[in-house]
Amino acid sequence: MTETGPLPELNQDNAFFWTSGADGQLRFLQCGDCQNFVHPPRPRCATCRGENLSPQTVSGQGTVHTFTVNHQPWLPGMKVPFVVAIVELTEQPGLRLTTNIIQCPPEEVYIGQSVRVVFEQKEDVWLPLFEPEEVRS
Amino acid sequence: MKYLEKEAAITGIGISDVGRPLHRSGLALTVDACLQAITDAGLKPEDIDGLASWPGRSEDHPGMSPVGLMEVKESLGLKLNWFTAGGEAPSQIASVINAAAIVAAGYARHVLCFRTVTEASSQTKSRRASVSGSAEKRVRDDLQFQIPFKAMSASQWIAMFAQRHFHEYGTTKEQLGWVALNARRHAAHNPRAIFQKPLTMDDYLGARTISTPFGLYDCDIPCDGSTAVIVSRKEEARDLRKPVLRIEAVGSAVHGRYSWDQYSDLTSMPAQESADMLWSRTDLKPADVDVAELYDGFSFLTLAWLEAFGFCAKGESGPFVEGGQRIGLDGELPLNTQGGQLSGGRLHGMGHLHEACTQLWEEGEARQVPGRPQVAAVGVGGGPVAGCMLIVRE
Ligand SMILES: [Zn+2]
Repeated sequence: MTETGPLPELNQDNAFFWTSGADGQLRFLQCGDCQNFVHPPRPRCATCRGENLSPQTVSGQGTVHTFTVNHQPWLPGMKVPFVVAIVELTEQPGLRLTTNIIQCPPEEVYIGQSVRVVFEQKEDVWLPLFEPEEVRS
Repeated sequence: MKYLEKEAAITGIGISDVGRPLHRSGLALTVDACLQAITDAGLKPEDIDGLASWPGRSEDHPGMSPVGLMEVKESLGLKLNWFTAGGEAPSQIASVINAAAIVAAGYARHVLCFRTVTEASSQTKSRRASVSGSAEKRVRDDLQFQIPFKAMSASQWIAMFAQRHFHEYGTTKEQLGWVALNARRHAAHNPRAIFQKPLTMDDYLGARTISTPFGLYDCDIPCDGSTAVIVSRKEEARDLRKPVLRIEAVGSAVHGRYSWDQYSDLTSMPAQESADMLWSRTDLKPADVDVAELYDGFSFLTLAWLEAFGFCAKGESGPFVEGGQRIGLDGELPLNTQGGQLSGGRLHGMGHLHEACTQLWEEGEARQVPGRPQVAAVGVGGGPVAGCMLIVRE
């Protein structure tokens, strides 16, 4: 089990995102008019202002855009070190998630590394974490 | 176009005791700073008819902003024609950026702006200063996309920007270290600075890691303290006690994504857009700047502001600060002359503005930049938060 931070409060806008991992798939809102992915979830597409948005499954593949190896315990008892990363999804430049890289020693994480999503369930939330592609091969 | 911030001037500054902790209330510190600023300007509390702060009273983090506008109004018996406070604004100096427009528009003649922190005395074992989220509560705002992944501190978010800068431009940990070393050597001449003992590169590199590439000395220090600034109509400022410090230009832009992870270029963020706006509102150029006070909540942010203002080319801030000569008190661009927040304490941007005015009024004493500095640049904020100002001594 990966240790997590405080969880998000689910509501009508974000629940699809935070429960998407229940079937192992990562989803983002996508604009049906211009195909732009919208994240975080908003009521309109910020590119074309269309409201034809719906959750769509993505590949779950991405690359490490940047990362940090965290050594400071921010909450009492927090286990360190761990890796916080910003992963850019392959579907769209700038479509990124702040996440953790797991199944990989912190010193082996690098910018440009290919990663894929893996979910960690905590209560009613499925957190999208990422692991190196090569782990699954 | 006429840029109306030029009709505004900074006429007085004040700063309370700064310490960790001080064991005094935030309001008491605020009143100290405000009265000092009013006196400094040669005004009386009766003259103040505007009041502004950022972000207003907030319980988000312990001691982050313990004082609201109305407590100050009531404490000083102010008669206000205009007031505002809010956190959704271009940086921690947004109160001053707003006040410039307000005095130019004539809503008020003299606006008192303040920022107070009691982060040192408010943090507890279970609630550190500047940590977002708590184990007991679910996250509702956009930080829900950071906090569940234990990305609970700006040190981690901004460490990732620094890491990206290292990757794209070859910036090194030692270069980052010069921001911290430079702050410390200037703090040695600032009796109010929290850390005044010399810091060596070995100390810097040997410090415990917070979140790579940041070690302890890349992170500023939570403290208790209050800073106040008076913004006046320039025509009124001419009759006051001190030389006029004209607000030459402001920058308050955010064009890209307002986000800690989706902004297209994480190595620059809206600091670039704000600085671009600032330069579009003045005939002055980066080479005209005599002293720069650039936000250093984390060392990397100073590098980002150096590039945003165009003091060096994009990506070249590391070599620019390396060795420290260029950014020393007698260098070509004296930088963070009071010790910044890294050594001076986290007065949250307003300390940088206070120091810019101190230098332009030649009140820096042992840390005074030589040669009568006339133009100061102030850049404040990090991540999606950015605001900046150019101040000219007339
Ligand atoms: Zn669209």
